[in-house]
Amino acid sequence: MSIIEAKAGPPKRRLGDLVFANLTRAAGMVILLALAGVAIFLTIEGIPAFAAGPGDLSGAANFAAYVWPLVFGTLLAAVLALAIALPLAIGVALTVSHYAPRRLATLIGYMVDLLAAVPSVIYGLWGGLFLGPHLVPLYEWLAEHLSWIPFFAGPASTTGRTILTASIVLAIMVLPIITAISREIFAQTPRLNEEAALALGATRWEMIRLSVFPYARSGIVSAAMLGLGRALGETMAVAMVLSASGVITLNLISSTNPSTIAANIALTFADATGLQVNALIASGLVLFVITFVVNFAARWIVSRSEVQV
Amino acid sequence: MNRTFLRRIAAPSVAALALGLAVSACGAGNETASTSSSTNDLSGKLDGAGSSAQESAMDAWRAGFQKENSGVTVNYDPSGSGAGVEKFNAGGVDFAGSDSPLDAEKGELDAAKKRCGGDAIEVPNYVSPIAVVFNVEGVDELQLSPKTMAAIFDGKITSWDDAAIKAENPDAKLPSTTIAPVHRSDESGTTKNFTDYLEKAGGGAWTHPADKVWPIKSGEGANQTSGMISAVKGGKGTVGYADLSQVGDLSAASIKVGEKWVEPSAEGASKAVEASPLEEGRPANDMAVEIDRTTTTEGAYPLMLTSYLIACPTYDEAKAEVVKGFLTYVVSDQGQKDAAENAGSAPIPASFAEKAQKIVDSISAK
Repeated sequence: MSIIEAKAGPPKRRLGDLVFANLTRAAGMVILLALAGVAIFLTIEGIPAFAAGPGDLSGAANFAAYVWPLVFGTLLAAVLALAIALPLAIGVALTVSHYAPRRLATLIGYMVDLLAAVPSVIYGLWGGLFLGPHLVPLYEWLAEHLSWIPFFAGPASTTGRTILTASIVLAIMVLPIITAISREIFAQTPRLNEEAALALGATRWEMIRLSVFPYARSGIVSAAMLGLGRALGETMAVAMVLSASGVITLNLISSTNPSTIAANIALTFADATGLQVNALIASGLVLFVITFVVNFAARWIVSRSEVQV
Repeated sequence: MNRTFLRRIAAPSVAALALGLAVSACGAGNETASTSSSTNDLSGKLDGAGSSAQESAMDAWRAGFQKENSGVTVNYDPSGSGAGVEKFNAGGVDFAGSDSPLDAEKGELDAAKKRCGGDAIEVPNYVSPIAVVFNVEGVDELQLSPKTMAAIFDGKITSWDDAAIKAENPDAKLPSTTIAPVHRSDESGTTKNFTDYLEKAGGGAWTHPADKVWPIKSGEGANQTSGMISAVKGGKGTVGYADLSQVGDLSAASIKVGEKWVEPSAEGASKAVEASPLEEGRPANDMAVEIDRTTTTEGAYPLMLTSYLIACPTYDEAKAEVVKGFLTYVVSDQGQKDAAENAGSAPIPASFAEKAQKIVDSISAK
């Protein structure tokens, strides 16, 4: 039999391949279009607000003065929430992936995932009606003994509806997201690396520090960014828990608290008319930009220090 | 019946049938079941928007009116007084509910005149007392003069056993708890009327102008009346202000009117409206009331909120009849009684109702 020479040409593609490739491309496009659509809407509707005066901006001189206290409150609540949730989440994820016996680990995993299923309105109700009043004795103790720290200065709130309570509620809401992703990342660590560390005489904790964390660093950062995104944008829980006055203050335990952008929109949108609506949408645009910037910064930091595995 | 048939045809068709039934059930639920006989042959659709304080009263009015006139549908969007007036002036709704009369300075009067082709009519249709609620351990009854109230909410009096409060309540066992004043964090007609009362009756103790937004940037803030009530309930030594009908089992303070102490009540609010003159310089069919917060009429409770209905003097033929019919019902004895039962409001005084009725009667077709 003679050798049949293969014709040099493009590989033969079946119809199914073509359809599938284009469908996935279209799906990717839809995501980008949706994002672009939201950004364009926010910009177009928000631009008129930059020229608004005190009448439409609840007494603030211009848009910057209006939005700055809100940005401060949003960042404060989100940073506090992340500071509380991140160590806790990594601890839970490590427990589930490396420390706990199999059956207990699965159980803990289920419980944490259940936290994510609770609606944010319920968290708001629980925070405002249960957690707040129960934290009042703690706030009173802090105000009495640690009032020289600016965070715990003022007179303690009697209802407990402070930004610290709101941050704790946010931390609980953000915990399942960070835990779930971290758990998966930790489980993906190459067994060889772990066993090599153990073989060299490392303790369990040293093994985790040496072989799990470097491998998982990028994953933990994305998990934290997802959690931060939720904390930055959480609306109903903060709106129901916080007693907001719109001032900039570092005092975490008094009744006078800064409001967050999302909570402010939720509370004032129903009564807003004319340029006030534009101002609210413009504050939404500011939140959008903040989330973008934070995400980019985090990704850049991670890419700079990526461990080549 | 083999597996492929089941998987491909039977199961999906059963699922589609179930889905169709479920969806049609959703749709059917929205129809209002009107089995009662209608006494009038009015028909059409009315759209209104505005004050959320009027919401429960408006529900009662809509239900009552639609029962009598089954061909009519009345819609009301409680999006807030400001939003309602804006929609009315833009021609988007047929009538508006507002906690404050059309503001000449903001150009609302002129805009309404432009929309209607004539001066808009404005009648008071909802009067509600505002109660000062408190949660202090061991204290069930409290008497507060407007001056003391102003000092408390301004943060000048900080403790419940202050001399000023003790002087007004010689029999009460006042603890030394810190006072935690609670205010509304959202824009509210209740806040506006409360700050107006403190300004006019406070004798100089309250220096901030009356406004829908609470003027002081400190203190506990609560969202909506329900938030206010739960904040006062959940705290210690808290004091706040809310619509009397929403107070529940919280204690309300008596206020000083003249030389007497008056408890909050619907009748008291009604008497206070009756004792108040109409605002000057308004068009003929505009009944904006200049509430007299310093009235000394016996039994009057001047810490209240008056809400208005704004409509045009002329409409297209079919619409004019429906608007007239609805507004007539709202200001009538029966309508006010229905609202009082459903929303705990005070019926508008007879003299006001009479004048309002005359104004409503003047609504005619273009």
